[in-house]
Amino acid sequence: MLGVEDLRSGYGRIEALHGVSLEVRAGEIVTLVGGNGAGKTTLLRAISGVQPVTGGRVLFEGADVTRLSPHRRVELGIAQVPEGRQIFGPLSVEDNLRLGAYRKTHGAAEVGKDLDKIFAMFPILAERRRNPAGGLSGGQQQMLAIGRALMGRPRLLLLDEPSMGLAPILVDQILAAIVDLRSEGVTVFLVEQNAFAALSIADRGYVIETGTIAKEGSGKALIEDPAVREAYLGV
Amino acid sequence: MAEFLQFAFSGLTVGAVYALVAIGFTLIYNASDVVNFAQGEFVMIGGMATVFIMAAGVPMPLAAGGAIVIAVAVGLLLHRLAIEPARGADAVTLIIITIGASIFLRSAASIVFDKQFHTLPPFTGETPIVIGGAAILPQSLWVLGGGVVIVTILWAFLTHTILGKAILATAANRLAAKLVGINTSYVVGLSFAVSAAIGAIAGILVSPVTLTRYDVGTLLALKGFAAAMVGGMGSPIGAIVGGLLIGLLEAFGAGYISSDYKDAIAFLVILAVLFFMPTGLFGRASVERV
Ligand SMILES: Nc1ncnc2c1ncn2[C@@H]1O[C@H](COP(=O)(O)OP(=O)(O)OP(=O)(O)O)[C@@H](O)[C@H]1O
Ligand SMILES: [Mg+2]
Repeated sequence: MLGVEDLRSGYGRIEALHGVSLEVRAGEIVTLVGGNGAGKTTLLRAISGVQPVTGGRVLFEGADVTRLSPHRRVELGIAQVPEGRQIFGPLSVEDNLRLGAYRKTHGAAEVGKDLDKIFAMFPILAERRRNPAGGLSGGQQQMLAIGRALMGRPRLLLLDEPSMGLAPILVDQILAAIVDLRSEGVTVFLVEQNAFAALSIADRGYVIETGTIAKEGSGKALIEDPAVREAYLGV
Repeated sequence: MAEFLQFAFSGLTVGAVYALVAIGFTLIYNASDVVNFAQGEFVMIGGMATVFIMAAGVPMPLAAGGAIVIAVAVGLLLHRLAIEPARGADAVTLIIITIGASIFLRSAASIVFDKQFHTLPPFTGETPIVIGGAAILPQSLWVLGGGVVIVTILWAFLTHTILGKAILATAANRLAAKLVGINTSYVVGLSFAVSAAIGAIAGILVSPVTLTRYDVGTLLALKGFAAAMVGGMGSPIGAIVGGLLIGLLEAFGAGYISSDYKDAIAFLVILAVLFFMPTGLFGRASVERV
């Protein structure tokens, strides 16, 4: 479904991705783990088209989307829950969610149904639907960011450290939601520093180190890999 | 008392124009971080184009409509030809670009139009309305009423339509706006178009009172910018309050002290406000929740 081929990207003259190649197949949960500054966020942003690419290609369902503008990629079905949540603070919770469906032309009734689904998934958002999103707690903002991405009915969901700064119960809740999404047919590419939990729900995983893919394997194999255990699982 | 009312009304009239210019600044600034110093030229185009289209024998309402269309076209071209190619440039570069554009538009106007002062006929006669001993031109009421209508429509558009919300979303978080599929350069173009239309309408409303010429945009942009700064750059309420405040200060300064100092008084107050409240009266603190 998603193919990344020899992708290069950076900031000014400093290259942050030195030719990254990976693949996410339809229906999979693929986890990418890597330390601080390894290039995970840069990679996700390049896939969404909000980060300039200096070499290589991004393929979505076989088509080259490397030069496509971000909103076209959203139309194709690529949604992202960005690092640091990036909600629309002054806008209401409901408006944040509705804007998630900005590109969709499936009609107001369908958007309303999707909205109800998100509210059923995260009831606290329903309670706060008229409040400015900026007033939500960190965990609630994370739910909102996920809900907003889902409102676009994505085929591929990119998640950048959705568990960052959350209490363990919330982390479990969010991971459970991700597993549910796969069963609904959404393909998931998950970036996490909290590697153990993220790899344990993954079909496959990759390890990125300073802008290059260092390892790949099934989620299970990576969890059992001694080098990965030492570097990312703190064992 | 009559005198006080008189000054207050004339202050509110010019203040309404400053407020509309400041709202134009605010819209574009929020959508793109660009401080558009060519904002005053939209006001000039509104008045001048109406004058010249009317001179060709076109009735006023049509001429005014034509002038608004011209201003919007200029706004879109400004975005497409000057701002869009410089995407990602730093703030100072962008300010220099808009100042350059304003100089260009002014000299173009001096050629396309001329260098004379012009006026438009008042919409509904010139017989002053006397309120509490103060004589108010009917056109002043048009300016104030027009300002209220524009602000109301703009508010409804921003808060009740998905396109308006896309503008607010882009202002709140550009990265997230792109990630939900908002075409942010379209949104910025739209904000230039809307700002141009608002500026042009202001110019049409006020030209019967204040006269217009190819270069009236310069001072209007400065006053409008000052209004936006006093109100807190980026705050629409701040833009309105700031605009009216500067208009009133000028009128009272000119009335009670001396008209020689009216511009200086306004700028002194601006400096004072910014000294004590660097983010302006309604400015948001620069720290944002992450
Ligand atoms: N805006 C930026 N300007 C300059 N350099 C940047 C910028 N953002 C990231 N970098 C650099 O690019 C490299 C990759 O950063 P990136 O944010 O992609 O890493 P990451 O894997 O997401 O890290 P983290 O786990 O901390 O989120 C790092 O060396 C970082 O310092
Ligand atoms: Mg990151």
